Amino acid sequence: MKFSRRDALWAGFGGIASATLANPLFAATVDELTAGFTGGAAAGTGGITLTAPEIAENGNTVPVSVEAPGAVAIMLLAAGNPEPAVATFTFGPAAGHQMAATRIRLAKTQDVIALAKMADGSIVQAATTVKVTIGGCGG
Amino acid sequence: MAKDAKPRVKVPKSAAAGEVVTIKSLISHTMESGQRKDKEGKIIPRSIINRFTCDFNGVNVIDVALDPAISTNPYFEFDAKVDASGEFKFTWYDDDGSVYEDAKPIEVA
Repeated sequence: MKFSRRDALWAGFGGIASATLANPLFAATVDELTAGFTGGAAAGTGGITLTAPEIAENGNTVPVSVEAPGAVAIMLLAAGNPEPAVATFTFGPAAGHQMAATRIRLAKTQDVIALAKMADGSIVQAATTVKVTIGGCGG
Repeated sequence: MAKDAKPRVKVPKSAAAGEVVTIKSLISHTMESGQRKDKEGKIIPRSIINRFTCDFNGVNVIDVALDPAISTNPYFEFDAKVDASGEFKFTWYDDDGSVYEDAKPIEVA
């Protein structure tokens, strides 16, 4: 079989993604999403807590929570998902703590990344690896 | 999907002035990711809730942009500061244009 440019593109998306690919045009990469959120600012560490299980038996519903005191917004990314974007939390004036918990889907074992934008525009980042036994991507 | 969406929200009935209360919200929704295929191998179109907001007496508490990686029946837990009696208003925005709403009062003693 001739290895055309289109084949190369499909191959690039990896096994799970290519088997279930829906709309590759809308699947921005982690780098693109990060740049869009931070505006190019370098991410520091500290001041943000990302809590996720070390091992998730069911990738369809993985509980995660993130807290970043003083943050304006927090973005969650799953680096190994076909679409890395998970959610973006924007906190209003009535927020008690800059904390949010939710349940997410993870396609495979991967890093979950949280980025927080502080009131002064600085960025902090936290990441944790979650081992997934059964992927939550359908198929 | 739209008619199946049933919001459920847990808010304390009362609080002290200035207290921070934890709110739990859940809405039943398939959150079809657009990645799955049906038996014929055709891709099931994406159908998710793409935005969730919570306001207290018209002041925003949290505004969440959801992507397909949020699980079925999206659940959120967050904190809000309560200065006076009032009402929490919750709004979910569906991909298909539907808007689901719920409201819960809270009393400050």
